Amino acid sequence: MNLFTVSGSPHVHEDRSVRNLMLGVVLAMVPAILVSVYFFGLGAIRVILISVAACLLFEYLIQKYVMKTGPTINDGSAIVTGVLLAFNVPSNLPIWILIIGAFVSIGIAKMSFGGIGKNVFNPALVGRVFLLISFPVQMTSWPKPQPITAGFVTDTVTGPTPLGILKEGLDAGKTVSQIEPELPSYVEALIGNHGGSLGEMSAIALVLGAIYMLARRIISWHIPTAYLGSVLIFSGIFWMIDPTHYVDPLFHLVTGGLMLGVFYMATDYTSTPMSAKGMLVFGAGAGLLTMIIRFWGAYPEGVSFAILIMNAFTPLINRAFKPKRFGEDVKNG
Amino acid sequence: MNLKTFKIGGVHPEENKLSADKEIEVFPVPKKVYIPISQNLGAPSKPVVNKKDQVKAGQLIAKGEAFISANVHSSVAGTVSKIDKVIDQSGYKRDTIIIDVDGDEWDESIDRSEEINRDITHLEPDSIIKKLGEKGIVGLGGATFPSHVKLMVPEGKTAETLIINGVECEPYLTADHRLMMEKGEEMLIGVSILMKGLKVDKAYIGIESNKPDAIAHISNLAQKFKGIEVYGLKVKYPQGAEKQLIKALTGREVPSGKLPIEVGCVVNNVGTAFSVYEAVQKNKPLMERVVTVTGKELPKPSNFLVRIGTPVSELVEKAGGLPESTGKVVSGGPMMGKALTSLEVPVIKGTSGILVFPARVSKRVPMQHCIRCGKCVTACPMGLEPYLLSQLAQKERYEGAEDERIMDCMECGSCHFTCPSGRPLLDYIRLGKNKVGQMIRNRGK
Ligand code: SF4
Ligand code: SF4
Repeated sequence: MNLFTVSGSPHVHEDRSVRNLMLGVVLAMVPAILVSVYFFGLGAIRVILISVAACLLFEYLIQKYVMKTGPTINDGSAIVTGVLLAFNVPSNLPIWILIIGAFVSIGIAKMSFGGIGKNVFNPALVGRVFLLISFPVQMTSWPKPQPITAGFVTDTVTGPTPLGILKEGLDAGKTVSQIEPELPSYVEALIGNHGGSLGEMSAIALVLGAIYMLARRIISWHIPTAYLGSVLIFSGIFWMIDPTHYVDPLFHLVTGGLMLGVFYMATDYTSTPMSAKGMLVFGAGAGLLTMIIRFWGAYPEGVSFAILIMNAFTPLINRAFKPKRFGEDVKNG
Repeated sequence: MNLKTFKIGGVHPEENKLSADKEIEVFPVPKKVYIPISQNLGAPSKPVVNKKDQVKAGQLIAKGEAFISANVHSSVAGTVSKIDKVIDQSGYKRDTIIIDVDGDEWDESIDRSEEINRDITHLEPDSIIKKLGEKGIVGLGGATFPSHVKLMVPEGKTAETLIINGVECEPYLTADHRLMMEKGEEMLIGVSILMKGLKVDKAYIGIESNKPDAIAHISNLAQKFKGIEVYGLKVKYPQGAEKQLIKALTGREVPSGKLPIEVGCVVNNVGTAFSVYEAVQKNKPLMERVVTVTGKELPKPSNFLVRIGTPVSELVEKAGGLPESTGKVVSGGPMMGKALTSLEVPVIKGTSGILVFPARVSKRVPMQHCIRCGKCVTACPMGLEPYLLSQLAQKERYEGAEDERIMDCMECGSCHFTCPSGRPLLDYIRLGKNKVGQMIRNRGK
């Protein structure tokens, strides 16, 4: 006699696992990886590979020897953290600093909370901010992009990021139009030909990956839309009031880590809200904080801090912004 | 075409309507039938036959006496061999009338002619309700709520619209689809009868757009009927859930904890409408129904017109036999159906399909930590937070679960279906609902 499996409904399952989703994110980051390799050559490959390897290793070791639970490195989330951490550092970062960053990301920000699903903050961002505070010099000397096509160059020239140029200029009392000649053009910014962290270079490459993630429903549109909208509105208002001291909103969109943050880090599953409403609030808040830091903060760039601060608010947002229940407060005409 | 749909949540499982083109085949009368006396929502009925009694097909064999209960009729002619406890689809032993078949003589009062009886002018609401009660008609969409009770609108409420469910949003199932294609006019007469019974002058029929042939066919036929409108609906699960269907077709939202009549709607399924036609116009009780027997590895996925009480094993045999690979058999659809422990259980009024799954997809996907991705929240058509409900239920925090409206869960399974971590969300939620339901009942005492 046949013995049948008996289990509660449903009896079918969507063909999509955590690993599947995570590998989808990695795939979405491939264009940005290629751009970084194009501009920074072997340095970029080195940073990405070491970061991913270190993240996987730390997760494996902590899982095996400290937490003593089943391995979770197969789920691909450590790979995502590894690539994101690499994306958030300069391509010439000394290896030992990078490894410390990986340890902070995985060991402290992720595993000490209990691993995937339990962490409050985005692991890669915690790693990045830790490095930024601990190694400010190494973390802010960005090599100038040197396209592979320009031949093999050994002496690395470093230069500031567009946002850095802007901030420095404004702090020195210059107006936006006086600083403008030093800034990259929009085309250059979109392609990624400017100073900056490894993966934040090319807005186009990042958006390409984002479209893929949206199409496959790996991420939902809520957080990115609210985030970008809030950056646009906030920077737009100030630009309209005082264009001599505030640069136009488009510049803010394509520079710095905004695209990277908006599509790849503010959309992290675990550290962001669950409901559509909550996600919109999260995105809007992150956009606002980003601009506040960019305008008036000590750092030229505010994406990482903004997202981390909103991460901290996530449990509160989850409680305050429940999904719209069916059949609640109904007005039937 | 402008497709209507509901707004919150929903998922899109693979449709797999393997038997969509298979005409309904009349299934041979079995040698023995097993007719449980409790097949519907509500109180069990009382047997009115004894061992060794001779019965004809269509003869009353168990009477529904409570307000919410339904009559049960013999589906065959023969001798009552036993009234005994037999395992039914629920896996529990239930009182069952077992009949040894002998010939196929039907009760004389049943009109067996093929002719369509279109005349409904003489019908009155009361006589319709009485007839449906007498003939044991229950909802065939799965919930098996007695149809005559549905027509009795509670005092203080008024019915405005009859909603007819031709959605068949469960993957694999095609019984309603085939019925609409082959018995469309009879079904529409049934709809008109239900409209009369409810004293309403409009009815909306909703059909998912993956059945364009049925939409075209029924729209065409409906032109001859007054007040019946047909709408194509977006393919999205659970489009056929009562509250979601009402939302899609009328824009109205049934308030939490309330019945459709709150917004002036009564919902019936197309299969039920057809049985209503047969009961009222042909005097035929609910003694057979269309059952889809299907599965990717089943040799011949089919739609059968089956006598109630026929063993499921015979259906599977006729559809080519149980494949070697089988690991699970489900009664109903893959999203809400029930896994069977054995094939030796009878078809009942609520059996819409028998699904055969190969062993490799029978087991659940391995469970991992909740990654808090929120996909279950996005998927829930009731706007609930399944991850939270399942956590609360698991931790036995039932008050919390009640506050988070666990009782609004309709057990559609969308959350479990979509969870990338393979968490058995609905298992815990069901458990929680049970406990919270008990809590609420105790409070009332
Ligand atoms: S089973 Fe319940 S909680 Fe899960 S999606 Fe359906 S209604 Fe929502
Ligand atoms: S879908 Fe699964 S993993 Fe995602 S939040 Fe819901 S329960 Fe958690």
